[in-house]
Parts: sequence; structure tokens; C-alpha cells
Amino acid sequence: MSTMKTESGSVSCHEDGAEMPPHDHHTHKAHHHSSGNNPSPQELIIEGAGCASCVGKIESALKAVPGVENAEMNFAQRTVSVTGNADAADLVKAVEKAGYNAKLAAAESEDDALAEKEKADQAYYKRLMKETWIALSLGGPLMAYALITGEVNVNTTTERIAWLIVGILTFGVLYFSGKHFFVGAWKSFLNHSANMDTLIALGTGTAWLYSMVVVFFPESVPEQARHVYFEATAIIIGLIDLGLALELKARGRTSEAIKRLIGLQAKTARVIRDEKELDIAIEQVLMDDVVRVRPGEKIPVDGEVTEGHTAIDESMLTGEPMPVEKAVGDTVAAGTINKTGSILFKATRVGKDTALAQIINMVKRAQNSKPPIGRLADVISAYFVPVVMIIAVTSALVWLNFGPDPAVAFAIVSATTVLIIACPCALGLATPMSVMVGVGKAAEAGVLIRNGEALQTASKISAMILDKTGTITLGAPKVTDILVAGEQDDNTILKLAATLESGSEHPLALAIVESAQERGIETGKVSNFNAIAGHGVQAEVDGKTLLFGNEKLMRERNIELGDFVEKAQGLAAEAKTPMYFAVDNKLSAIIAVADPIKEDSIAAIKRLQHNGIRVVMLTGDNRATAKAVAEKAGIKEFFAEVLPEDKSKKVQELQMEGEVVGMTGDGINDAPALAIANVGFAIGTGTDVAIESADITLMRGSLHGLADAIAVSKATLRNIKQNLFGAFIYNVAGVPVAAGILYPLLGVLMNPVIAGAAMAFSSLTVVTNANRLRLFKAQEH
Amino acid sequence: MLIINSVGVVVIALIIWWFWLYKPKEAELGENDLVITVENGTYSPSRIKVPAGEPVELKFIRKDESPCSETLLIPELQISDTLPLNKLKSIQLPALKSGEYAFHCQMQMYRGQLTVN
Repeated sequence: MSTMKTESGSVSCHEDGAEMPPHDHHTHKAHHHSSGNNPSPQELIIEGAGCASCVGKIESALKAVPGVENAEMNFAQRTVSVTGNADAADLVKAVEKAGYNAKLAAAESEDDALAEKEKADQAYYKRLMKETWIALSLGGPLMAYALITGEVNVNTTTERIAWLIVGILTFGVLYFSGKHFFVGAWKSFLNHSANMDTLIALGTGTAWLYSMVVVFFPESVPEQARHVYFEATAIIIGLIDLGLALELKARGRTSEAIKRLIGLQAKTARVIRDEKELDIAIEQVLMDDVVRVRPGEKIPVDGEVTEGHTAIDESMLTGEPMPVEKAVGDTVAAGTINKTGSILFKATRVGKDTALAQIINMVKRAQNSKPPIGRLADVISAYFVPVVMIIAVTSALVWLNFGPDPAVAFAIVSATTVLIIACPCALGLATPMSVMVGVGKAAEAGVLIRNGEALQTASKISAMILDKTGTITLGAPKVTDILVAGEQDDNTILKLAATLESGSEHPLALAIVESAQERGIETGKVSNFNAIAGHGVQAEVDGKTLLFGNEKLMRERNIELGDFVEKAQGLAAEAKTPMYFAVDNKLSAIIAVADPIKEDSIAAIKRLQHNGIRVVMLTGDNRATAKAVAEKAGIKEFFAEVLPEDKSKKVQELQMEGEVVGMTGDGINDAPALAIANVGFAIGTGTDVAIESADITLMRGSLHGLADAIAVSKATLRNIKQNLFGAFIYNVAGVPVAAGILYPLLGVLMNPVIAGAAMAFSSLTVVTNANRLRLFKAQEH
Repeated sequence: MLIINSVGVVVIALIIWWFWLYKPKEAELGENDLVITVENGTYSPSRIKVPAGEPVELKFIRKDESPCSETLLIPELQISDTLPLNKLKSIQLPALKSGEYAFHCQMQMYRGQLTVN
């Protein structure tokens, strides 16, 4: 996790009795303009300003920066609002030179950005609908007329005048409803690039120009070819505008998941500064600020409780429905909801560093990343438009050379139709739209997918390695049995063992120390502590040499074990981990520890196996215990007694067998194995997720997250394939038909209006199909 | 007919030359603030020279309402970001090795290239 680079409190200037400057609580909307002549103020957040007298120093330092007109500090909020057109970086430097830390206020909150985007989208939608309306209200009646009378030929002077008027009206449509296509086409042409605008502008432009030629110079074309295509021009423009508008609406729905995540953020926070409580925007909360949260309120930033206790609903982040009890020293996460009590907490992560902000950021990035399956489509779309233009020209030439009369009309119609029907958009949209919905859907289920590649690989996983401790089991082992060899009682043994283990950080050691605490046993002093990696520990307590570890360690030290070996095997068969305890080289007891299997692990493992995935357990534990746990969890294969550094080798072993391997661990000591696996899953418990360490992060502790992740990836990949296939077939079949390939066989040629409709709805279909993924439900049994 | 066919062939040749073969000149990311405008289906400038071996900042302003133009991808650098409408947006690039890096929208209709040397 990253921490803030700056720390507050680097400068202190305590001057008692200093008056607070009479600055109002401005509520400037924070803006960041690093160039240009912009009158709106830039907002800086100041850290390290301990007292009111710093205000003057900071203000004058800022005013000395060239370009600054005024600088006004709001001491209570620790913000400075600077007007003028100075560069933001210079402002920060000036404040730093004066001895304080400064950073630019976030350009704006995610919420504001989202609201603004929605407003912009809404405006764009309205404009597109208006344009559609204009185009279709001319094109519709014209087409009806053409269909009913079949009269779109230009022969008499009256007809010429009438069509001239229609032609001018159509030009109006091109101008009002289709201007953006033409401007876009021209601009990209100048830029040596071509896009969808190019195709539409060329197609409709050709149809309109040809029609005008027919109106003005009917003699220049053969009599049968004296058709006008004004109705096609208007309708195509209208339909494509309509398609764009509907696509915009459908796209909005693809980002619902991220909107929901952003909506979790609180807007304001109540902080205590200088013994006063004030409500400030969450962007202005600094590290180490003390924040008050009352029942029913959202936790604004990440922090550590300093006063009070409460229950907090963390379900939005972890999927865990039960509220979590929090007392002094516990951590709280931004976006979760305080249920019962009022608490004070110290902010430890603010702004972009909170777990929620990082989750949002990761989901956003993942939504925009592309799985490898989309790469071919990318290559195709890069060459698509010029190729279609070449096909259009070639098709026109073929009709002119070999076509029946009126060849010129056929040539124009086929070229126009080819240009109109080709739709690079559908191809380009196929992958990103599905990824957007799929990644969002996964996030809703508490599954964070790093990028498109992880998404694609997860859909192909054939073997899943599960770390035992903390993944299949709760990771909180407890002492279950103490079998005494000599005459000492349980408590004496436990006291010695706990004393010995008090220096160790091993989870099993923790279990023994906790067990002693529960019995009210106090631990003594330990000396010469020595950890024997993978085997156990040794130390001296009260002048006795204590040895605690596995069978191998005892054998190495030639300690007589007697029938305790069978007893140990018996314990192991019950999925307990037995450890030998020797005092002065004489066996004293066996202490068994068990780590219970998580409630839903068995069901989740069954789900994985049901989907044809080979589930393998990995543990450092002894063989017998591993076997018992594996049997209990319903796992047939396991690797036992694996040293931590050998975990990645086991992953490679399975890969050598040709498996696509998923590795699941807690993300801390499994990092190398997670990295080497085809897909590394970090299993988090609570909000303290190791987001950086894995391809996929499961925010809650349940293994159902694995099955969900794989199911979402499979559904998404299937959706992408449908989209790509559809878009590909559409273009591959559509373009030749438009060029007239069916004419020699069936005598039919596609109407440009049909092409326009097909094109308009092809990309809409892709987006709509991607939206179907929203209905995906992770099946938990 | 010969004339028409020749014209057609020339048009095809021109398409190939204009869209594929011709390399427009590159804008340099230098002293004066270079801002890439996203408008009317294009990035302008679309070909940008960037010095190698030092982190640089690209500034974008999107004036195009089309949702296509919203996402900016630089796949080789694993960068993907959204460009807000009518607002300056800075993209930080790490120090780059010499070479060519494409940047584009999700659908590759908006395309640009960074030449690093």
C-alpha cells in the first residue's frame, strides 16, 4: 500500500493567542488548470500549517509567484485559493520554499466528474435525437412516396424543379443532422486517418452528389439511371444518428458497477481541528486528521479508531453481510457504514490512497484494458476503413465495366452501400464493451480483476492450487489436545510452551500463546531463542533446554518418542497438527493444534470441481494432517511439507503437466507462487486486501469468490466471442453483398437504406449483447 | 471507359498512399505546452516526438462528445485513462526506451503515435 509522501506537522509555529484570520468558509469548487488564462481559482491543500500566523507567510509566498493575482487562505480548512494564471507546480514550489507542504486539491471528486459526464452525455443524446428527428421527418415521407409511387426518376422539367427543392432540403438534413460526420471525416482526412465518419460522409455525400447531378444534368446519365437518392441520404443519416443515440444510452448501463462503487464514497467528513469540529469535503481530509463518525454515517477515509466502539457494515466492500465490531485500535475503511456507535478515528489513508479509491481505480483500469482475444480485431480495425474505401471504388469499377444498364446507377448504389454498411465500430466495440460489464460485474461480487489478460486466462484455468492455511482454513489455529508424557500437568506444559513460543511469529505459536492466555497462564522469560526453519524452535527457559517441533526434529536430536508416534498419527488423521515438546532432550508432551476449515470451503471446492477444475491443496504441514484436511475439504490431490520457498516450484510442476494453473493464497508469503501461476488469486479478509499482489483479488475470505471469478470470466469471454463473431460475420458478409456479389446469381442488389439501418444497429447490437452480461449471477450453493 | 478505370486505379493508389504510406510530420513535446486536442475523430497533433529516458507528461483536452473518444489507451505502457470533456487531462508517462508507441481510443478509430528517441 502506498503511503502519502508528505507528512503534516513538519513545521510548527505555536503562538498562543494568535487570532484566527476572518476568512469565511469559502466553498470554492476546486479546479486545476495548469495552463491557459483561466480566471477560476486554483486550490491548494496545505500541510504543516500549525497556527494562524502561518497564513500570512503562505499567502505572501504565493503572491510573490509571477502571475498570481491573489492568494487567500482558509485556515480552518487548510486550503489556499489562488487566482491568476500561475502554473500550479510553481505554486506548490513556493509554498514548499516557505516551509510547508502543499498539494493541489484533487481536480474534482469522482462524484462530480461522474455527474458532469452524465450531463454531457445527456446533452449529446438530446442533440443526436433531435438530429435523428430532423433527418427522418424528411427521409420518411420521401421514402414512403418513393415506395408507393415508384417515381423517383427525373425526366420532366417539373420533376427537376421538385427534386431540386427536395435536394436542397436534403442538403439541410446533411447540414443539421450530418454535419459532424462531414467535419469529422475532413479533419481525419487532413490527419491521414480515416474512421467511421469517413465512411458515412463518403457514402451519403456520393449519393447526394449523384442525385444533384441527375437533377441538374439529367442528360449526362442514361435514361434508366436517372434516379435520385435523396430519401436514402436523409434516412441513412437519421438512422445512424439514432443508432449512436441508442448506443450512448446502452453504454451508460455498461458502467453501472463503477458508478455504484463511486457512489459509496462519502462527500463530506467531520474533522476535529483546533478543538473545533468542522464539515469539510473529503478531498480536504489530511493524514492524521481526527474524524468523527456518527451512527448511520459513511466512513469518509481509511483510519484507525481512537475513541468509542461500534459495529460497521462492510458488506459493500467484502460481501460479508454481518456488521463487524470495531473498537480502539481497529481499522475502518472508507465507504463502509457505521451502524451503532459514535467513533473518533485517525485518518491513515486519504484521497487516492484509501482502499476504496484504489479499488475504484483498479476496476476502472481493468475495464479499459483489453484481453488478448481483442487484439486481432484491433489489427483489423486499424486497416479497416481504407480497405473498405478501396472495395467501394473497385466495386464501382466492376459495375461500370461489366454491369448491365444502367451501369452508372448500379456503380453508384453499390459503392454507396459498401461505404455505408461497413461498420468498424461493431468490431472495435466487441471486446471493450464486454470487458467493461464483466469486470464491473465481478467487482460487485467482491472479485477484483486486474486486467483483461487476467480475465481471459481465468476463463481457461484447468487446475487450481489452494494454499491450506488461511485459504481453505480460517487461518486461526487453536490448541485442541495436550498429551502429556511425564508427570507434569497440562498447565505447566502449556506455560513452558507458551513462554518458548512467545518470541515466534508463526501462526501455530500464536495459537499456543493464545491458549495459555485463555487459561490465565502467564509466560516467563526466554533466552537463546532459535528458530529451526521448517522444523521447530529451541530456547532456554528457567535453565531448561526446550525443544518444540516436528518428528524430524526430535529424531535428529535422538529423542525417544515411544508410542507417541502413533498418538501423533492419530491426531493428524483428525486433521490436527501434532507437535512434539521436549524438555532437556526428553519428550514431555504432544501439543496438537487445529485450524478449522472455513464453513463454505467444502461447497466452494465442490463448485470448482464440478466445473472440471483439478483442485490441489498446498501446505507446509505434515503429510498425515494434510491428508486429513484434504479429505475433509473434498480434495483428492495435495502437496504436503512444502517449504515456503518451494511453493512456486509446485505451480511450475503443474504447468509442466500442461495445466493452466490458478494459485490462491493470502498474497503475503505466497507472492512468488502467485506471480508464477497463470492467474494468481489473493484472498483477502476484510478490507485489508493486498490489491497490488495478484491478478485477481478476492475481497472476502470465501472460496466461492474463486468459482465466481472463473464463472464471470467464462461468461465474459463467451460474450466477447459472440460479439467478435457477430461483428466479423456482419462485415465479411455485408460488404460483398453490398458490393453486389449476389446480383449475378439472384439479380438482387442491396438498398443503401437497408445498409444504413444494418450499420446503425450493428454496433447497438454489440453493446446490447454486452449488457446481457449484467444479468449474470454468481451461483452460490 | 479507359479514363474511368484509370481514374479508379489512381484513386485506389491515392488512398493507399494518403492513409498508409505517407508519414505526416511529428510535433515535438518540448518547451511550450503541447496539448493534444481530441476533436472530430482525431488527435491533433497525432504524431508526437518524445525524448527517451525521462518521464514526461502528455496533456490532452477532449472536445469531442462522442463516447468513443473518452478512453485513452497506450497498450504498451499499460495506460488506460478517461479524458473528461473540455477539461485538461495530464497523462504521466514513465521514462521510455526509444521506439514507437501507439495511443488510441478503445476502438482504434482515434489513433496517434509517440516516437521516442
